[in-house]
Amino acid sequence: MRKPLTLRVLSSLDGKAWLALGAFLVVALIVVPVLHLAVPEDSAFHLSTYFITLVGKIMCYALVAVAMDLIWGYGGILSLGHGLFFALGGYAFGMYLMRQIGRDGSYQSDLPDFMVFLDWKELPWFWVGSDNFLWAAVLVVVVPAIVAFIFGYFAFRSRIKGVYFSIITQALTYAAMLLFFRNETGFGGNNGFTDFKRVLGHSITSPETRLVLFGLTALMLATTLIFAAWLVKSKFGRVLTAIRDAESRVMFIGYNPLWYKLTIWVISAVLCGIAGALYVPQVGIINPSEMSPANSIEIAIWVAVGGRGTLIGPVIGAFVVNLAKSWFTVSFPEYWLFFLGLLFIVVTLMLPQGLVGLWKKLMARKGATA
Amino acid sequence: MTKTILVILLLAGSLSARAGLDPAQVNQLVAEDSSDKVAAIRQLTQTADPDAVRVLKAMAEDGLYLAGDKAVIIDGDQAFDAATGTKMQMPANPESVTVNNRIRGELAGALAALELFDTERAVRLASARKLQSKVAPDMAPLLARALEKESDGEIKALLTLAHAQASLGDADPAVRLAAVKALAETTSPAIKTVLLPLTDKATESDDKVRYEAIAAIKSIDGRLAIAENLGRIFSGLSLGSILLLAALGLAITYGVMGIINMAHGELLMVGAYSAYAMQSLFRAWFPDYIDWYLPAAVPAAFFVAALVGVIMERTVIRWLYGRTLETLLATWGLSLVLIQSARVIFGAQNVEVSNPSWMSGGIELMPNLILPWNRIIIVGFAMFVLLLVWLLMNKTRLGMFVRAVTQNRAMAGCVGVPTSRIDTMAFALGAGIAGLGGVALSQISNVGPDMGQGYIVDSFMVVVVGGVGQLAGAVWAALGLGIFSKLLEGWAGAVIAKISILVAIIIFIQKRPQGIFALKGRFVDN
Amino acid sequence: MTPVETVFDNRPEGSDGADQMGHFVTGELDLSHGVALYLEDITVSFDGFKALNDLTLAINAGELRCIIGPNGAGKTTMMDVITGKTRPDSGKAYFGQTIDLTRLTEPEIAHIGIGRKFQKPTIFEQHTVFENLELAMKTDKRVWKSLMAWLAGDERDRIAETLRLIRLDKEADRQAGLLSHGQKQWLEIGMLLMQEPKLLLLDEPVAGMTDDETMRTAELFVSLAGKHSLVVVEHDMAFVERLGGTVTVLHEGSVLAEGDLATVQNDQRVIEVYLGR
Repeated sequence: MRKPLTLRVLSSLDGKAWLALGAFLVVALIVVPVLHLAVPEDSAFHLSTYFITLVGKIMCYALVAVAMDLIWGYGGILSLGHGLFFALGGYAFGMYLMRQIGRDGSYQSDLPDFMVFLDWKELPWFWVGSDNFLWAAVLVVVVPAIVAFIFGYFAFRSRIKGVYFSIITQALTYAAMLLFFRNETGFGGNNGFTDFKRVLGHSITSPETRLVLFGLTALMLATTLIFAAWLVKSKFGRVLTAIRDAESRVMFIGYNPLWYKLTIWVISAVLCGIAGALYVPQVGIINPSEMSPANSIEIAIWVAVGGRGTLIGPVIGAFVVNLAKSWFTVSFPEYWLFFLGLLFIVVTLMLPQGLVGLWKKLMARKGATA
Repeated sequence: MTKTILVILLLAGSLSARAGLDPAQVNQLVAEDSSDKVAAIRQLTQTADPDAVRVLKAMAEDGLYLAGDKAVIIDGDQAFDAATGTKMQMPANPESVTVNNRIRGELAGALAALELFDTERAVRLASARKLQSKVAPDMAPLLARALEKESDGEIKALLTLAHAQASLGDADPAVRLAAVKALAETTSPAIKTVLLPLTDKATESDDKVRYEAIAAIKSIDGRLAIAENLGRIFSGLSLGSILLLAALGLAITYGVMGIINMAHGELLMVGAYSAYAMQSLFRAWFPDYIDWYLPAAVPAAFFVAALVGVIMERTVIRWLYGRTLETLLATWGLSLVLIQSARVIFGAQNVEVSNPSWMSGGIELMPNLILPWNRIIIVGFAMFVLLLVWLLMNKTRLGMFVRAVTQNRAMAGCVGVPTSRIDTMAFALGAGIAGLGGVALSQISNVGPDMGQGYIVDSFMVVVVGGVGQLAGAVWAALGLGIFSKLLEGWAGAVIAKISILVAIIIFIQKRPQGIFALKGRFVDN
Repeated sequence: MTPVETVFDNRPEGSDGADQMGHFVTGELDLSHGVALYLEDITVSFDGFKALNDLTLAINAGELRCIIGPNGAGKTTMMDVITGKTRPDSGKAYFGQTIDLTRLTEPEIAHIGIGRKFQKPTIFEQHTVFENLELAMKTDKRVWKSLMAWLAGDERDRIAETLRLIRLDKEADRQAGLLSHGQKQWLEIGMLLMQEPKLLLLDEPVAGMTDDETMRTAELFVSLAGKHSLVVVEHDMAFVERLGGTVTVLHEGSVLAEGDLATVQNDQRVIEVYLGR
């Protein structure tokens, strides 16, 4: 009898993992809202808006990290330009948010402020429909997917691999950043989009909206983890890791690596785009520096710190690195880059399996000496 | 009316055979009214008399005084009669002559005009050059006379142009037409501005003159465009030579070890800061020899960068041998550390590195095409470094080993080449060259902690396009990319140019992934 | 001389477009004339060096053929041509009567029933023995199918049977990288069998095996002949002898001699070039 899909999905994670996910969702969807809304501000248990925004932001990053793990940890493709897809999703949703400002901007016009500033009289063609939430949602998914597809198709077809591929992705995101920095491109130039007021009619800065966004992000992260687990445990996942380990051999067996790589690449890009779309309303701004090469390289270090090819490792890595970043930039801003640089070096030299790998080694040793 | 007087005076002046200057004119120089002074200056100019130079010069230097009703030149403790030049007794109460800015301007123009008649060729040439931008319509007769007397071809050409410019305001359309035609041959943008009013119906009534002016402007524009493009090509050559220095080191390390060092840009920065340090050193201890800081900086930068490279290789990179992707990340970490160190040591702002005096200025090929010396020297320097590297690679044992390891590491190891030592040396060499590139960069661009970041992607593009393992590839790719970007920049602006180049390279790599000059079958992949 | 496996393998021409859309060529293997593989005047040169020089060879359906010859004779290059890894400069290569191998890509050739075992065991080290066999299994190998795939009962049985055949049934869940050399070789043979190939190309299959393993491999091959056609490249003469079957000697890119082992061993030219006195 054919095993139904739901059962297969359920079996992608073991009992412990389901429990952990469940606990996470309970905390995110119930405990956090309570501690933010119901508990008075002077209480030690109160969770501030700063906390909500910070954790929400990091969860978006965690989503990106999982997407990166799919292509790097499981597919062996190191992209140093993944920030591009994140930013594209962010900009797509940002367009909608800019339209939602309506006439409440500095210039009280139907057009976004920056367009008035540039003396434009009407919306460019690609802004058509951007005041519609559904269309924005479609764009968030479709734009990164198309860009990823086109780039990936040509890159994988010519079998560009390894270092070359990584640097090419750098060049791609760099070129895109330059493009978006120009005012004429129509995305706000180097200021980008900001000063959002509303989303779906609700004020964007109200606690309720923040919590809803927070909850949605948590939900999305959990769903992505389940989806990713199913993906990598399926035959597709096994073929993918086989491609990672020995691509030519896989071809001899009869699989076409191009389509496998392209599939995971596009899925990864879409996940990043969604992450970007969830990020923008929580953080309140998007500008071309999100496409900077440095940003994209940082994504790789989240995955490396946590542990490649483990799915949960990248989530841990994203949290560890970004919490450290928050702490450093507040307390010792001069030392942040030293810390980050050393982190890169130390993790690649001494922790090739990341924190998760370290944990496993410690557990194994404990088991052996017990 | 004034013109008539001038003509008369001119005739009078030419008729008088060196009888000295007319005292009346000279005395008018010290009149109360500024306009009188100006008129006197102009009259004296028209005489084209060398004595007039003397007087006017003295006036410009505040050496002209009024004694009684005569103009007197007082030089230190000696007094001279202004008109005749004869020595005289120091007057009792000399009144100084007020020389305001307007007068100074007139004096400057007058002296320049008079210098056209100087016996010294160099003086005439200099003044003819000066006049190119200062031509007043009433100088036309003077210029005509200078032209008659002038025998030197170069000066004559300049004078013709000046005369033509002066004649543009002539009442006779035929004269104007001739003047426009004469001016059509220049390449000076200033002359184009002068011609512009003649294309407008409001200011120029004669049709023929107008059409001639439009045609002249077109031909000047054409020549200006060529000059601009030549300028761009030179700019591209200069950029290409910097790219070459930046990319050469990367090509060597990538060829030998198969790794891309993301901190390569920071090695450029190290070189640039070495130049800065050397400059500061010289300023503090050898201020008289400040111009020599640059030759001292060259070896210093090489060694410092090479040292940094060796440290990087020994502490980090060699442990990641074979893991190229991780090397990317680890070297990125190194670059962050290096950048932050520079910020901490030298400060976050750009530091000032000035060209030594022998590098300032440039060669002027055309009025709008000036090739700066600093860039010319950098191109030369890059070629020199290239030559040295070529010699090293092809004529030394070390170079042979490096090439062997690049082509087939396993085999080289088997025949006894000390591959890990070669790795270190190759890395040091690559880093040192980058340091040299940094010194070059410091001379034409800003020096700051993140100056290297802009070069890593470009250097890699050069390596990708040029192929690995052969110097020729890097050379052609660097120069080609440099020139191509600058030309494209001229058309489409810097940002679009950069984007197009990147996209073009991405497409190029599809068709020919191993670059233009690739060693067959040599690639590194995990 | 084998070209070093590079990032950019020699790509077959005409391999873009519709063929890459996951639609594999499923030609019918026509064995009506009894010939499984036919190579005619195949020439391959690398930078002026002729690896294959007008090579002409025919393998009958169900045959077990051994290819021997000194190093550099072109044995591996011949296999590269058959599997589509290298395109011949000239010549014809047919699988059965109708399938032109020079027009197909590597995955397509694998799909129509030609399986290859490399000299070095190239299994997937990070996967388990079971997974290795599962990956190789003959089935629809397109992306969507792989996503939705699950193992049916009969597929599991097939894998189990193969496991028994290659004597790795107890190691099914072991990471393949941890197997011994001989076991890895057998795993690779198992993977080859899972593809249900009609023609097996085996490049030095017993290199590094013990005598016992070698003999058992020979038995396995003999049992496979008839249902499958096999081409075995080897240096181990004892193994070749045990296999029986026709022996083809390659030298400098073309066929030097052909016949049963005894005949070939006594051929003057072969002795000079390869076997020695």
